[in-house]
Amino acid sequence: MSESIVVDQLSVSYHGETAIRDISFSIESGNIVGVIGPNGAGKSTLLKSILGLIPKDKGHIRVMGKSIHEIRKKIAYVPQRSDIDWDFPISVLDAVLIGRYPALKIARKPKKADKEIAVHALGKVGMADLKNRQIGELSGGQQQRVFLARALAQQAEVFFLDEPFVGIDIGSEETIMAILKELSANGKTILVVHHDLSKAKEYFQKVILLNQALMDFGEAEDVMQPETIAKAYEGQLSFLKELAVES
Amino acid sequence: MNFLEAVMHYDFLQKAMVTSIVVGIICGVIGSFIVLRGMALMGDAISHAVLPGVAISYFLGINFFFGAVTTGILTAIGIGYIGQNSRIKNDSSIGIMFTTAFALGIILITLLKSSTDLYHILFGNVLAVRPSDMWMTMIIGVIVLVSVYVFYKELLVTSFDPTMAKAYGLPNNVIHYFLMTLLTMVTVASLQTVGIILVVAMLITPAATAYLLTNRLSTMIFLASGFGVIASVVGLYISYKANLASGATIVLVATLLFGITFIVSPKHGVLWKALRSRRKRLSY
Repeated sequence: MSESIVVDQLSVSYHGETAIRDISFSIESGNIVGVIGPNGAGKSTLLKSILGLIPKDKGHIRVMGKSIHEIRKKIAYVPQRSDIDWDFPISVLDAVLIGRYPALKIARKPKKADKEIAVHALGKVGMADLKNRQIGELSGGQQQRVFLARALAQQAEVFFLDEPFVGIDIGSEETIMAILKELSANGKTILVVHHDLSKAKEYFQKVILLNQALMDFGEAEDVMQPETIAKAYEGQLSFLKELAVES
Repeated sequence: MNFLEAVMHYDFLQKAMVTSIVVGIICGVIGSFIVLRGMALMGDAISHAVLPGVAISYFLGINFFFGAVTTGILTAIGIGYIGQNSRIKNDSSIGIMFTTAFALGIILITLLKSSTDLYHILFGNVLAVRPSDMWMTMIIGVIVLVSVYVFYKELLVTSFDPTMAKAYGLPNNVIHYFLMTLLTMVTVASLQTVGIILVVAMLITPAATAYLLTNRLSTMIFLASGFGVIASVVGLYISYKANLASGATIVLVATLLFGITFIVSPKHGVLWKALRSRRKRLSY
């Protein structure tokens, strides 16, 4: 398998405060990777700097052997649900159609073929019936599926999802996981910021354990050991209990 | 003579009518984006910030369009710079910059010209629209409508999901200043009808009214323009009939449309909301 995401010695700071430091890892294409760590560990920062949204202090990032600048249209980003204005006057279908925008030149309008791709993506996530709804009229799980459909419509090579399973129903969670597994089987690379330790082993092939520095990276089963997690979460006892109950 | 005959008969009323309609349309279009981006305060700021530009244009003897756009944009850049390079929050930065520009404008105008002009610029005087003003308004109207049509996709995605827009490589900052440029142009056009102080009402109120009625951006833009035109025409009629200040009358008509919608809008009106929750309570 080819290297999909290579991060080398990455450090990022906000207003002089270090958010992440000296992160290095490399992921082969076709992997579903969990990004796990306590609050303020820099999980979203890592995602955003790989997306080229925030400036880095030092380090290199290559995606599919190219710089972010060259490959950015092939990276799909599914934002946290709390980052979206759900009162925005936009229908489900039009929100998914935005996934086609990266492929369109500036000032060009989406064509019939783009609409068909969007409708197809909605069908995949089981939302075709609701395509004319306003996005705020959906349940949390449906909203998350709409944004996954948008990522599918983008026909990306790399998918970033920020806390996709927060506050959604189990059915939607299963649908989303099934689609992510299918994408990975087709050689796409998926990075998921995730906070629920109990499901990490089940959902991800690999895990990036983060707490400003890279605490551990490897096969999910190896990383998700109580001692390793305890070190990363230093003192956040509720998480330790959660893990103890599971094992 | 009724109003319609008067419009047919008097040239100044025709110009007032045409200008009001164009201003109503473009205020609705740009206002829709201002409302959705949560930039009402910014709209107020930029409209005030054109004042020193108008004064300088008088002084240089050039069309006040150029001066107005220049100081409007400079103020927008100043607001952005302070907000991004210090701990000052954006609303405070807006407050500092636009009052500075406005104060500077007042002093320049009183130095250069009589206070009557200042009054007209601040409050509008639609019945004194000159042919050159009317043509400028029409040209601005065409520029604004064509720009929004051509860059609709970019305006939509940067308003709805700026993170995605930036991630796939759109220059969000350029689009922001592009919208600010259109906003200053709309302000210049509106100087005639409602004046600087009340421009923000024409930007926000019709667009907010439309926002309560639809779940689709394109529909919102058309409705906002429609409300802008209705407010302009009805306001002009009332101000002509009752001899009231045109700008203030137009704004109050817009407010009335908003008030009615706020109560009876099928989806978001307070009346149906109250009825729905009452029905729900009774069903238990």
